[in-house]
Amino acid sequence: MVRETNRYFKFDWITIILFLLLVGFGWLNILSASHVGSDINYFDLSQPFGKQLAFIFLTLILIVLLLAIDAKFYERFSSLIYMVSMLSLVGLFLFGKNVNGATSWYAIGSFTLQPSEFAKTATALAVAKYISDLNTDIKNFKDQIRTFAIIIIPALLVLLQNDTGSTVVYAGFFFVLYREGLPKTYLTIGVLVILLSILALKFGALLTVTATTLVLVLLRFLSKKKLSILKSIFIIAISAALSFGVQFFYKSILKPHQQDRISLWLRLEKDPEKLEEMKRTFAYNLNESEKAISSGGLTGRGFLEGTRTTGKFVPEQHTDYIFSTVGEEWGFLGSALVVILFVLLLIRILHLAELQKSQFSRVYGYGVASIIFMHFLINIGMVMGLIPTIGIPLPMFSYGGSGLWAFTILLFIFIKLDSNRINEW
Amino acid sequence: MRQFLLFLLVILSGFTFIGRLFYLQIYKGGSNNLYEDNAIRKVWDYPKRGFVYDRNGQLLVGNQPSYDVMVIPREVGEFNVDEFCELLKISRETYDKKLDRARSYSPRLASPFVPQLSKEDYAVLQEKMRKFEGFYIQKRPLRKYETTIGANVLGDIGEVNNRDIQKDPYYQMGDLKGKQGIEASYEETLRGVKGIKFIQKDRFNRDIGPYKDGKFDTIPEQGKDITITIDANLQAYGELLMENKRGGVIAIEPSTGEILAMVAAPTYDPNILVGRDRSKNFTKLYNDSIAKPLFNRSLQGVYEPGSPFKLMNALIALQEDVITPDEKITCYAGYKYGNRFMKCHCYIGRRNDMTTGIQESCNAYFATVYRRILDKNGNASEGIDSWSQHAQSFGLGNFLNNDLYVGQKGRIPNRDYYKFIYPRTFYSTYTISNAIGQGEVATTPIQLANMAAAIANRGYFYTPHVIKNIEGETLPDNFTKPKYTTIEKQHFEPVIEGMHNVYKNGTAKWLQVKDIDICGKTGTVENFAIIDSVKTQLTDHSIFVAFAPKENPKIAIAVFVENGYWGSRFAGKVASLMIEKHIKGYITRKDMEEWLLKHSLEEEYAKPYSGEPFNINGKTQLQIVEDQEYYRLKQKLNKLNAARE
Repeated sequence: MVRETNRYFKFDWITIILFLLLVGFGWLNILSASHVGSDINYFDLSQPFGKQLAFIFLTLILIVLLLAIDAKFYERFSSLIYMVSMLSLVGLFLFGKNVNGATSWYAIGSFTLQPSEFAKTATALAVAKYISDLNTDIKNFKDQIRTFAIIIIPALLVLLQNDTGSTVVYAGFFFVLYREGLPKTYLTIGVLVILLSILALKFGALLTVTATTLVLVLLRFLSKKKLSILKSIFIIAISAALSFGVQFFYKSILKPHQQDRISLWLRLEKDPEKLEEMKRTFAYNLNESEKAISSGGLTGRGFLEGTRTTGKFVPEQHTDYIFSTVGEEWGFLGSALVVILFVLLLIRILHLAELQKSQFSRVYGYGVASIIFMHFLINIGMVMGLIPTIGIPLPMFSYGGSGLWAFTILLFIFIKLDSNRINEW
Repeated sequence: MRQFLLFLLVILSGFTFIGRLFYLQIYKGGSNNLYEDNAIRKVWDYPKRGFVYDRNGQLLVGNQPSYDVMVIPREVGEFNVDEFCELLKISRETYDKKLDRARSYSPRLASPFVPQLSKEDYAVLQEKMRKFEGFYIQKRPLRKYETTIGANVLGDIGEVNNRDIQKDPYYQMGDLKGKQGIEASYEETLRGVKGIKFIQKDRFNRDIGPYKDGKFDTIPEQGKDITITIDANLQAYGELLMENKRGGVIAIEPSTGEILAMVAAPTYDPNILVGRDRSKNFTKLYNDSIAKPLFNRSLQGVYEPGSPFKLMNALIALQEDVITPDEKITCYAGYKYGNRFMKCHCYIGRRNDMTTGIQESCNAYFATVYRRILDKNGNASEGIDSWSQHAQSFGLGNFLNNDLYVGQKGRIPNRDYYKFIYPRTFYSTYTISNAIGQGEVATTPIQLANMAAAIANRGYFYTPHVIKNIEGETLPDNFTKPKYTTIEKQHFEPVIEGMHNVYKNGTAKWLQVKDIDICGKTGTVENFAIIDSVKTQLTDHSIFVAFAPKENPKIAIAVFVENGYWGSRFAGKVASLMIEKHIKGYITRKDMEEWLLKHSLEEEYAKPYSGEPFNINGKTQLQIVEDQEYYRLKQKLNKLNAARE
């Protein structure tokens, strides 16, 4: 193979090119979303697009560094990296700076750093390290609990800092564990819980329980494998508990703005006047972003030509809502291209992960894919109104140094690990 | 299997997103239309609407600015509605109702919310407008009439309706468009083309600056000024003479086809259709189904022409060579055909040639002539076709193809028309009433005036029209090229001689005007109305057709006065006075003028609606106007005379 003969070609250039394409296209859209007037100084460091350009240059240096470090380093020091990362999250409670209601930033002069972005990488390393340990068996309940703990600690810490978006991303580690042999029961239970929760919210607890009972009765007639009556009753009881639990959780524990987001998503509100009001108030962002995407049509309005982008109709458009700029200015063709680039990147990472000879590399690769996938799924889904609003950046695309560097580190550690797989035993 | 879960989810979410993008961008959205983009403020710039001058350069219609509050329902934001209502002086209910109406028209497009603000309201509102997101003020020119006459000529402008917008996408809700008269027929000339500025907004409804540095903006094109052929003085005089009467007066300059005056009575002051009371006043006019002030009787009134049509029959007979001007026909105080009899005013045994036939309006003479035309080749069907063609060459029985917004074809029957009524056999006697201008023939006043002009010109006419000049344009050929009738020139002289005799010693002997050789023809037409499903005869219509002077005619005129009884009683007087006014500029026959101002036909018009039996014609008494009314008319007359000097 070429990769064996030339040291520059041992890196997976397909992944690197996809990464660079996304970063470059992302910057063009940040420029569109944040520039004012027709005179543009690309290097204006007081503007988001200028800053992002600087971040990108620094990223290139970071990449060289990451690839220069010996691959063994990451595996060896993963526990330490995890600890430091957790400490940085805890430190936020003492020294954190509050931005938009989330205490997720360290402020050093005018420069801010968001440790939760890096914590995902650290967790991926830690999970990989733990699972790949010869003494660990993921089918073993005790080991399962320990693995969950590694994941839940950072998830809880960011949740306490009011960063719901990052918390949800940790759910993606399920895919990693499942790949490594987590029993199927978890998958079944997980899918059922999500399904029942949505049903209970949308149609009420009573209807959900009735539906569950009906399904069980049907199964009894149709399936050869008969469930015992006792088991059936147990399942119904669980579904009832879950349905009422979800309803209670929705009504009493969720904050009003979270309730509203879910209610809009599941179309729970029927009163057209209230819906109109929702569109003007908390769903304003979503409404404007959908309108901006719609107005792009097939080919879009063209780079720097979007009237809604120019008019700054979509708040946070250069960060979480960056995809709406793509929608307006590059149209269906451009937006679909971005979706395809992400899908290709994810498939490439998964493919490379499966090729790894070392379990650590494979698990870490799955971690990378899962984290990027969760961001991709939630961000684009939210901007297009398919998923309730959860603030989370689009990897490589959204404005922000911490985010860009965190994803660079996440991805390029894997590229480095991958490049080393022939040397491994 | 375990490897594929995330892989499948990645593929699945990719497809879902592309599907959603397709729905949002291709299926639902995709309009790159700046006009529908609510991030862009559209500021319309309405040009000056063209001015209208009369033939002597007197300004009749100008402009005044008007300010409308417009709304784009989709963009209505959160603000203090009560404050807004207070500024607009409307109630909260009205606000909701108006907003609903605008939304049901279109949530995306602008509709007028409160039209035509007063200047004070505008001044107050203008400063606070930015607070009321979704609303803006649109300035546009409104008409300002410099006169009180000619409502039926000038017409009016009004807000476009859905049909107008569908027909011509130039228009938007709230735009003003010519609805009647020259405003309608010269709409595109007068209105110009509105301009537009696109302005980039931000999400706080603030203007950021011109969109794309004004690349797509357009400059408004001013409307063109026009001069119309109407003589405002003559028009005003005609309208005055026709007060308290119903009917139409139309005067044409035979040498050009220019319409000098076009009176429809009753009429109204054009100023009442301007401003905030427009719709109230329009509804009032529209709902008056008895007097029908919006019905332009000089263009749309289809009447049997009566005796003036005898001129037509005389001309056709001469052209078809079925009679010579000198041949004398005996009248037996009527005309017997078969076992029926048509009465005539002549004494028994009077022998009329063409001149005296016209002078005395002898029914027997024209019945004979008409039958000879139809029976010329022994086939009445062929005869009526050639008769019909001759008459149609004078512009009768068809639209004149002129520049007036309304019109009627009238009716000149031919073979096909009668085939329906008499499918088997057809004799000339069946349609004998056509000989004296009754029966199946029907004309509008403008058609008769045009016929008079064609006679005055001895064989040709110009399509009557109301446009004299458009700023920077030449008139179409249709108005500047003569149209020839099928009657040769030499046949006109005996007929004109007869019309001259009508004034010299015929039915209009008492209507002579000193120093003007007028040629005319009276008409008295029976007419009927259905009252409680009974066909009831009403007092005859008074009709008069004339031109003057006999040589080098300057004016041809047709006058219809509904239920005015005989021709010279009302219509003849109006015609003579209009002719004198036009040719001399002043009136010597003050007696006739006085008579017309003093007499009203309102009681006559009230009869069919009274629910009681009533007398007609000879058994009626003429109504004299009350002193107050007489004084009002007299003052109007004085003003008119003062304006001339």
